[in-house]
Amino acid sequence: MTAVGQTTRAPEPVPLRIGGVRAGPGRTVVLRRDRWWMQPAATAAGLLAFVAYSTWAAFRNGNYYAGGVGRDYLSPFYSPCLTHNCHGYVWGPITGSWWEVSPALLILIFPLGFRLTCYYYRKAYYRSFWLAPPTCGIADAGSTNPGGPRARYTGETRFPLVLQNLHRYFFYVAVLFAGILTWDAIAAFRFADGVGVAVGTLVLTVNAVLIWAYTLGCHACRHLCGGNQRALSQAPVRRWFWRNVSGRLNPHHQLFAWLSLFWIGFTDFYIWLVATGTVHDPRIF
Amino acid sequence: MTPHADTPTTGGTGAPPTVTLAIWRGDAGGGAFRDYTVRAIEGEVVLDVVHRIQAELAGDLAVRWNCKAGKCGSCSAEVNGKPRLMCMTRMSTLDTTAPITISPMRAFPVMRDLVTDVSYNFAVARRIPPFAPGPPTGDGTYRMAQFDVDRAQEFHKCIECFLCQNVCHVIRDHEENKPRYAGPRFFVRVASLEMHPLDTLDRRQLLRTELGLGLCNITKCCTEVCPEHIHITDNAIIPLKERVVDAAYDPVAWLGRKILRRARPTPAAEAAASSPAQQHNEVIVTDPPAVSGD
Ligand code: SF4
Ligand code: SF4
Ligand code: FES
Ligand code: FES
Repeated sequence: MTAVGQTTRAPEPVPLRIGGVRAGPGRTVVLRRDRWWMQPAATAAGLLAFVAYSTWAAFRNGNYYAGGVGRDYLSPFYSPCLTHNCHGYVWGPITGSWWEVSPALLILIFPLGFRLTCYYYRKAYYRSFWLAPPTCGIADAGSTNPGGPRARYTGETRFPLVLQNLHRYFFYVAVLFAGILTWDAIAAFRFADGVGVAVGTLVLTVNAVLIWAYTLGCHACRHLCGGNQRALSQAPVRRWFWRNVSGRLNPHHQLFAWLSLFWIGFTDFYIWLVATGTVHDPRIF
Repeated sequence: MTPHADTPTTGGTGAPPTVTLAIWRGDAGGGAFRDYTVRAIEGEVVLDVVHRIQAELAGDLAVRWNCKAGKCGSCSAEVNGKPRLMCMTRMSTLDTTAPITISPMRAFPVMRDLVTDVSYNFAVARRIPPFAPGPPTGDGTYRMAQFDVDRAQEFHKCIECFLCQNVCHVIRDHEENKPRYAGPRFFVRVASLEMHPLDTLDRRQLLRTELGLGLCNITKCCTEVCPEHIHITDNAIIPLKERVVDAAYDPVAWLGRKILRRARPTPAAEAAASSPAQQHNEVIVTDPPAVSGD
């Protein structure tokens, strides 16, 4: 063995104490003086607002395509175009007119799964809804009820939460969806008289950009791009990808999670306004 | 009193400004907060005030500290319920209109007053198979690319203050998890080894089983309290979770290994996966008085 080998031999076991009476005031005594509940409450409010909006949008099953008013805008909640309601769009519909259930209910499963298993959203809802913990230094909800159903904490080691480990599969699908939404943004440049730009075109373009920024900043993406390598210097291509994903997008993952969430709702809303004729989508050029 | 640049006066009315700390005093038998009022001096940190209390009002107050520079990791406590280094918490950032509570780290057994027994952390440290480089290159040296060194550099900034261990709800709120959980500080440690360009061990199964990586629900409190601003969750824990997925949960990766037969653990990796962990597992479940043979 080398000299290094000799200095890194396995250490000898030494008896150590891990139990004992814990320090300080009772664990559930709240000593924080700031408004610590603000952050989980605000997160919960934001998520609930989006759930409320998207429920309405998903069951609306109409006015998600602005073809009727001469605009090739398809709502991201209903993309890809599956049913006759978006007849006239550059591609689709895939089914005939016999399909009656809102296609959004099928489509949204994928982005929903992606976001539900996203490392950022996990943090957000574990804190805001599951209260495990609500915020730092505040006892988690399961522990404040000894003998209660959540007295034992198993984190993400048991079914169903162990399935969070499959996040990367939702990422693969999310890349597909980001591609579809990019296509929708390109289609939004199509007008009866050729290529043009209207406010809706910009809305859909920003939507695609935000979706990519969120999707590529994913931790699973970062891992696949090179995070899984022990020595990234040995893999120049991966290093390039890793540097960009890990250095530029991933640090802002939370920001992009919120921006893209808000904007996707807004895009749908805007298209609804245009499709129903409530708003006249101004042409820029 | 000579006027001094550091000593604020109260507009010449005479009474010097004061500050009150409510310090938790007690031991394993129980304890309570006790208020101590001393004069306030501009530019101080919490540890300064605690020291003044120790010097003037409570000579028997137990508090651990060494460097007063945020580098030794000894003075960890909870200031108004937030895990902090006392020497890096400026009094000017705190609201002094009510007593400021100073309590020991709540996740660990109390020794006395603000001093806790953090041996749990040392027990965990022993369960992690240490750095195991492969053979050196032909000229007898080891070489690493700067890029790889930089990537893991942040993990080496850890000062072992154990504030992250203290705030982690997995053990703070569920002490029964201690024997099967390593905690954020040690996920940082494992990440520094797993991302070390020269290391040859594979600690992923160990992470999944005995080190309890799956218990962490990435709620980021460790990151929030780390005085060294290590991105514990984003740069250590989540990348490790993804690596564990490769090793244990990803069905395609599993199939790929079966087909390509890439799963050839090195003898060193096998040794790591079995012996040291098991050996030290005995240590962690024993609960003797803290007297050891060395
Ligand atoms: S992110 Fe994980 S390790 Fe860090 S405090 Fe939260 S549960 Fe503990
Ligand atoms: S990772 Fe940060 S908080 Fe945890 S022990 Fe190290 S320096 Fe302290
Ligand atoms: S999308 Fe957030 S971590 Fe993958
Ligand atoms: S005394 Fe060394 S870190 Fe505070």
